[in-house]
Amino acid sequence: MATAAVRAGLVAVGLAWALGAQVVLAGDTRSFVTEGSKAHGLSQCVRPTDFMLRHHMDLIKHQRDLAVHEGIRDTDNDLDGCVACHVSVGADGQAIPINAEKQFCDTCHEFAAVHLNCFDCHATVPNGGPVSEQALKAHRMSGASEQPAGEGQP
Amino acid sequence: MKKYEKDTLDPSRRRFFGAAAGLTASLVTSGVVLHAASAESESDSEGGLDPRKDPVTDEVRWGLLVDTAKCADGCTACVEACDRENGLDLQVKPEGESQSKWDMQKAVWIRKVRLKDNQTGRITNLPLMCQHCEHPPCVDVCPTGASFKRADGIVMVDRHICIGCRYCMMACPYKARSFIHETMHDQLTRVPRGKGCVESCNLCVNRRDYGVASTACADACAAEGHNAIVFGDLKDPDSPISLALKELSSRQIREDLALNTGVRYSGI
Repeated sequence: MATAAVRAGLVAVGLAWALGAQVVLAGDTRSFVTEGSKAHGLSQCVRPTDFMLRHHMDLIKHQRDLAVHEGIRDTDNDLDGCVACHVSVGADGQAIPINAEKQFCDTCHEFAAVHLNCFDCHATVPNGGPVSEQALKAHRMSGASEQPAGEGQP
Repeated sequence: MKKYEKDTLDPSRRRFFGAAAGLTASLVTSGVVLHAASAESESDSEGGLDPRKDPVTDEVRWGLLVDTAKCADGCTACVEACDRENGLDLQVKPEGESQSKWDMQKAVWIRKVRLKDNQTGRITNLPLMCQHCEHPPCVDVCPTGASFKRADGIVMVDRHICIGCRYCMMACPYKARSFIHETMHDQLTRVPRGKGCVESCNLCVNRRDYGVASTACADACAAEGHNAIVFGDLKDPDSPISLALKELSSRQIREDLALNTGVRYSGI
């Protein structure tokens, strides 16, 4: 019985160690988040940091198919959200492209030598929002439709 | 070789595995229960239909009705509004390229077409964009499935899987599709765009997904006071477009192809 108790204790210690290791890892990765971005002030991303490090591409890829084919835009996993939160602002008050040298995407992708082509098409800084505010204003002015316009900006 | 006897087995080993299995099961179960509870509370907080959250359905079919009698000669308000809304005005002519080649090559979602009846001299103006066919030839020919029709009738390109073969451009009877020949910079967040993909009018799909009731071209036309473009749901009998279609005589361009277009024209 004594051996069983010792082994149960060992299991408990092992579990505690595994959890503790994750917390330490999460603490280490804080350094990748660039200063001056909204993300810098937050404790974690849409999922724990450890998960995001390994699986962010899966979240984004899943969301891209949902958005393009099914029109589902209201999730935490869209690339627009990544850019809006992780982009940092330069001394001139202008947002710095997220894939620029030493910026959020570049830091890890340079190290891992993984080329990313998201930004061949996607905006590297928040640019214009999901629905243009100007267009919404024009829409309200024109009276083109009697139906109330939905909320444009989430 | 030594043979194991049944009674020489250490029973504590069995107890250890039992305890470990029990502990794991309890951890997993509590996780699953928590996850289910959070999923439930998420769906509870949802009230009614939210276009941002819910997948598009075939209960609607988006379409346009263009009254060519109201479409003014020389007016390009719809084209300009489309360019601004979808970032087409951000395209830059490559250095050294002739203006005439650039005019032919740059991406355009709406073309203003001027028709003249040579016998009577009657002039008709109309904006020509993707006709959002029910049976789109561009989707038939696409080798990768990038050209597709959404459940709500919008024909569009999934740029993630477009390989830029331009077969769809050949197949389209309306010359509605454009190819991006040059590397793009400063794209809009709402309209990603990059070299090597085909694109065309998507009925302001970002507006659809965020629940805005109109398209940029219809708004611009109304703002000019012409009201030549009506946007709406072809499947809703009480929508402005359905009511207008009931009143006006309208046609599809190239009706002979039996594509059942979502964009209709009256007065041609």
